[in-house]
Amino acid sequence: MVQTHIFDVVIVGAGGAGMRAAIEAGQRSRTAVLTKLYPTRSHTGAAQGGMCAALANVEEDNWEWHTFDTVKGGDYLVDQDAAEVMCREAIDAVLDLEKMGLPFNRTPEGTIDQRRFGGHTRNHGESAVRRSCFAADRTGHMILQTLYQQCVKHEVEFYNEFYVLDMVMGTNPLGEKAVAGVVAYELATGEIHVFRAKAVVLATGGVGKVYKTTSNAHTLTGDGMGIAYRAGLPLEDMEFFQFHPTGLAGLGILLSEAARGEGGILRNKDGERFMERYAPTIKDLAPRDIVARSMANEVREGRGAGPDGDYVLLDLTHLEPAHIDAKLPDITEFARTYLGVEPYTEPVPVYPTAHYAMGGVPTNVDAEVLSDNDTVVRGLYAAGEVACVSVHGSNRLGTNSLLDINVFGKRAGLAAAHFANDETTTLVEMPEGAESGVVATLEGIRGRATGERVAPLRQAMQETMDANAQVFRTEASLKQCLTDLAGLRERYERVVVQDKGKRFNTDLLEAVELGFLLELSEVIVVGALARQESRGGHFREDYTARDDVNFMRHTMAYKAVDDEGREAVRLDYKPVVQTRYQPMERKY
Amino acid sequence: MSSTDSEAVEAAADRNDEQVDGDGRPHGRAGESASADGGQLGAIPRFDVTLRIRRYSAEDAEDGKPAEARWQEFTVTVNGTDRVLDALHKIKWEQDGSLTFRRSCAHGVCGSDAMRINGVNRLACKVLVKDVNPDKPITVEPIKGLPVEKDLVVDMEPFFQSYREVMPFLITSGHEPTRERKQSQEERARFDDTTKCILCAACTSSCPVFWTDGQYFGPAAIVNAHRFIFDSRDEGADVRLEVLNDREGVWRCRTTFNCSEACPRGIQVTKAIHEVKRALLTRSV
Repeated sequence: MVQTHIFDVVIVGAGGAGMRAAIEAGQRSRTAVLTKLYPTRSHTGAAQGGMCAALANVEEDNWEWHTFDTVKGGDYLVDQDAAEVMCREAIDAVLDLEKMGLPFNRTPEGTIDQRRFGGHTRNHGESAVRRSCFAADRTGHMILQTLYQQCVKHEVEFYNEFYVLDMVMGTNPLGEKAVAGVVAYELATGEIHVFRAKAVVLATGGVGKVYKTTSNAHTLTGDGMGIAYRAGLPLEDMEFFQFHPTGLAGLGILLSEAARGEGGILRNKDGERFMERYAPTIKDLAPRDIVARSMANEVREGRGAGPDGDYVLLDLTHLEPAHIDAKLPDITEFARTYLGVEPYTEPVPVYPTAHYAMGGVPTNVDAEVLSDNDTVVRGLYAAGEVACVSVHGSNRLGTNSLLDINVFGKRAGLAAAHFANDETTTLVEMPEGAESGVVATLEGIRGRATGERVAPLRQAMQETMDANAQVFRTEASLKQCLTDLAGLRERYERVVVQDKGKRFNTDLLEAVELGFLLELSEVIVVGALARQESRGGHFREDYTARDDVNFMRHTMAYKAVDDEGREAVRLDYKPVVQTRYQPMERKY
Repeated sequence: MSSTDSEAVEAAADRNDEQVDGDGRPHGRAGESASADGGQLGAIPRFDVTLRIRRYSAEDAEDGKPAEARWQEFTVTVNGTDRVLDALHKIKWEQDGSLTFRRSCAHGVCGSDAMRINGVNRLACKVLVKDVNPDKPITVEPIKGLPVEKDLVVDMEPFFQSYREVMPFLITSGHEPTRERKQSQEERARFDDTTKCILCAACTSSCPVFWTDGQYFGPAAIVNAHRFIFDSRDEGADVRLEVLNDREGVWRCRTTFNCSEACPRGIQVTKAIHEVKRALLTRSV
């Protein structure tokens, strides 16, 4: 039994971007938020450091400097017009949150306090600037809670534990490509729901679970990217993934760079301070990408520590316990809680951890989704990690993700409501049986008696992605990864679940999510294989330099069919928008 | 535990060089023999553990008889670093895909996986298996006082309903300032503790009053009221205090401290409730 709902605006996802959009759209139009979790469970809540905005509360600053830092941090693949929008509107985004009640830390004068953060500088790189607005070390948590509180205040309508599994496209009366609605699966009952809407906002977050070691939640399976891709829309710059050097080994939980700032040393299994070989001058405090690559190299060459030799060690044992307690309390708590390691006396196992997808569903600065390099899909919007505006280019600057979700979440909500309220906007025809694809997929998996189980397939995917498409990439490794993924996709055709029930069948949903992950892994790897240069988060050992002549352009990946009738990724490219900054060598 | 379960475990177990001493406690460094000398740093012992899990599915009803909850045991091999959540995942992924529980971030910030572990409310992602005496079966049950939907999944709606009733959002009057509202560091510190809440329901579902009286607002709703009542920028304290002055409000609290012990964020919940009671008595914050 399929239930049909009709709304002006449907928002998919209830993290920071989705709820920021909902606050705007919900006050202006009939809005529903569909979320596969409960609203405050999103991974926005895991962000710690802060949200940058040139408030200039504690020292001179301006948003143009912030824009420059963002462009340079992204290794010049940033669309500079979008970065200008984000950094200019950052100031109001922070003030909006304060007015909503967010408990920012305060200066002695009672204004919002600000602190330094990596890559954020005064006057185009002169020195570090205090630009990050923060609430203790739980800024993301406070943003998520504050946005949910505002949704409660404005009585936003949530559909909790509704998994959106398909998006239906159509044509509007003007003959333009337009969104008709989405198809969702209700976890509690197993019922299928069709949501017709004049406007749809994708805000489903990232896709970190393609990797084995990640700071991402179990639920970050790229669903929004996957449904857009399957609907024939391009994905932009998917080969750019940020790896943070020091995640807790095997868990991926982040340990801040402060550990090394306070004197922590990275060692291999022989106890060697290996960063002396890779960065003789600044050693352990080299930039993130260099440190992450060096760590991966130690493991790959057999000098990793632990029973499987698959991590290195962050050594704090030479520091005074009092110093550790004063400066690194979080890190030590994580190490004790999760690894049972006492950092006073034992080194902490760490390994680079997949952290953030710079790429995603392409949008313009109004959060409108594009169906090619410049054509807008009418009624479809995207914001947050699922989207690629592109404000992060090939490497996101710290704190700019919390900023992104607030600026572009708000823009998406306003634009979607404005579009839905336009009297010329009509609902796009929803074809009869629009849910049939989702039903066939679900019943196919649920009805299969024997076949391949989800967990081993997912594990094999994550292992080949970690081994072949992580911080180091070569043509050979990426081709190996593609071969592995093709085999896994073939096996996935026979995927089977044990739970055959209708109620709360998370077994079934994990199988569906794996389908998205496998497809998106392939998009990442195909883009990485074609990009024969090194830039930001993408490092090719066989092409170690940035190549602005051939690759100063965005990758646009489309789902296509090859000559032999098999599914394939087709690549196209899009120019980078440059306004005032010419590419320079990236030095700090 | 069924015999098929144990066979599956035998087949799935990967016990390379595991060392277990006489009382069954793991020691030494599993798998270490394969690595070189330096490999002993951070080595991880593996061991077997049995989880005794409360199972329930309404779909188990047969011939008009309603489904009943039952206990089921699973034995899995875990690493020394594995959390109870990891053990649950191993069961779900390797033995019984129908085992159902909520989870997301897996490091104690999203609040999805509150459950009763050996009789105490915890987040499954913040409890290491080795820290809950793995010599004996570890009991895992859904949190109490909320209707069980399936296995470890409960209906969270009554919990969120109470949360919404305390008006958990900043209430102000007059014109909005162009810049931020001023707040001193001392004023900001006044409600810092209660801003940590992740709405996991560990506190509310540990409260004996809530177990017997589902109408009671419960600790989490009071914590979130506290967060605004004591925020110098907020002007809604009187309204919220009146809500909590209800017969199902703060006066139902019997100060058993279960909530404070249950909170995975270390919020002093009982203290917050006490401060709300005092604000009601003195009508001042």
